[in-house]
Amino acid sequence: MADDLSNAPSEEKRTFTINFGPQHPAAHGVLRLVLELDGEVVERVDPHIGLLHRGTEKLIEYKTYLQALPYFDRLDYVAPMNQEHAFCLAIEKLAGIEVPRRAQIIRVLFSEIGRLLSHLLNVTTQAMDVGALTPPLWGFEEREKLMVFYERASGSRMHAAYFRAGGVHQDLTPQLIDDIEAFCVGLPAVLDDIEGLLTDNRIFKQRNVDIGVVSQEDALKWGFSGVMVRGSGMAWDLRRSQPYEIYSELDFKIPLGKNGDCYDRYLCRIEEMRESIKIMRQCVTLLRATPGPVMPENSKFAPPRRADMKQSMEALIHHFKLYTEGYHVPAGETYAAVEAPKGEFGVYLVADGTNRPYRLKIRAPGFPHLAAMDYLCKGHMLADVSAILGSLDIVFGEIDR
Amino acid sequence: MSAHLDALGAHIVSSQAGVALSHSVRAGELTIAAKADGIVSLLTFLRHDPRCKFTTFIDVCGVDYPERVKRFDLVYHLLSMPLNQRVRIKVDTDEQTPVPSVAGLFPCADWFEREAFDMYGILFSGHPDLRRILTDYGFQGWPLRKDFPLTGHVEVRYDSEQQRVVYEPVKLTAAYRSFDFLSPWEGMTLPGDEKAESGR
Repeated sequence: MADDLSNAPSEEKRTFTINFGPQHPAAHGVLRLVLELDGEVVERVDPHIGLLHRGTEKLIEYKTYLQALPYFDRLDYVAPMNQEHAFCLAIEKLAGIEVPRRAQIIRVLFSEIGRLLSHLLNVTTQAMDVGALTPPLWGFEEREKLMVFYERASGSRMHAAYFRAGGVHQDLTPQLIDDIEAFCVGLPAVLDDIEGLLTDNRIFKQRNVDIGVVSQEDALKWGFSGVMVRGSGMAWDLRRSQPYEIYSELDFKIPLGKNGDCYDRYLCRIEEMRESIKIMRQCVTLLRATPGPVMPENSKFAPPRRADMKQSMEALIHHFKLYTEGYHVPAGETYAAVEAPKGEFGVYLVADGTNRPYRLKIRAPGFPHLAAMDYLCKGHMLADVSAILGSLDIVFGEIDR
Repeated sequence: MSAHLDALGAHIVSSQAGVALSHSVRAGELTIAAKADGIVSLLTFLRHDPRCKFTTFIDVCGVDYPERVKRFDLVYHLLSMPLNQRVRIKVDTDEQTPVPSVAGLFPCADWFEREAFDMYGILFSGHPDLRRILTDYGFQGWPLRKDFPLTGHVEVRYDSEQQRVVYEPVKLTAAYRSFDFLSPWEGMTLPGDEKAESGR
């Protein structure tokens, strides 16, 4: 035995390659990381993605604009309506559709619900990745309530298909608006509870402080957006800098981190949730004061009213054509972006004047974030990989498309 | 806003004459048409010029126009966080001609270029690691090209006899039908309508 050891080549450096995933609870989906390790120190990370590739962009080229909409729910399935929002904004920009004010408020309300859904999931599962089990149980209870709001608005808990080019599919009931307000009153206490478990938790801090530090310069170089730049102290939020819908009228703050590590990103997300609650409460007040349609009226892009269809032949024909042929979007190209919970979610739409998109490129925020895994993990320990991955907020629906 | 973008576009085209060919502003978005072989110098300029400062690389993607000789458009999107402005750069290329990679300038372009290669077969010269990224290991073909069928060429299933996943040519029980719902009568004058439109 002793002879064997002495004969082993001990001088040269031996790196050790392991597979992390594709099935791993901390991989947040189907990610295969090929890790090259020197002992426990990560030398190189090669993420293999595409295990959830469904060809969304190809499929959309074969669908009408309305049929293409539900694919957006299936991208970042943690915050479905935020994706629909970008697609609708792109169509509206090309076709010049005016969105009624009430619909704009509803969209903002549900975009913020999406942000809560995403951040609740991310913050709590990040805690799970570093060893805590209780936060996800508490966070998921609140997510369940939010998904009930989704269901009451759209009929579906997750894949809502609720936004439309021109507005939203249906108006909200007054009861639902009341219930959302009641939820907003209760959520801060739950956030306090989750923070009580994590923010000053010794283990959570040991695992997250000074891990995965991103400098401002590197955040720009790697094309980061959303919390990944705000965690490094850059005040960049599309809701503020390039406002869409009614964000310019709303009062909210943009939380910033200082050190750009995993812990600051966690703090940013918690504060963003509190700001989202503030926005939602303002939206509730605005919704009560703003009656009106949620789709443009007498428009080629919106279905006619049921009552009109019983009386008017033209309305019936319009309804039939809208749901078979679909509307035509004028030829041109546009890029529309929203501040999705994970960063800048953009849609580059090339229309050729027919009822189908000629080309639609989905710019997912998680894609450049994951591309930086090698840069972020180099020199860290193996156990930090899951902490960094958790703080990137990765969802494979949007990365693999 | 659009006057500002127009001036910015003229500034870029005049400073990068020979690379940037023309600019246009539509719906508040600035588009620069450029030559593919000068893309690195153009993006370097856009990144460092004090009037541009496009420091964030948003996206690069391909668009396929099979009827053209140079069938691909490569569309770059850049964002300037300090000056809060966006720009789009379009270059064209074909299946053989490689486009210089900008991964040395913006590291995150690495994956976006890999994706454009994977989806369209667009080649990038000087790219550190031009592998497929989204498709299956051993995938053949360029799925987002317009001549690639929506159903693909192969399907996979688990073969219990061989105890492994096998690839087979795709079998469709019914041929894939692409329904055309376009209204051919829209935009054409129906017989008799010319009398109403003549406004006599």
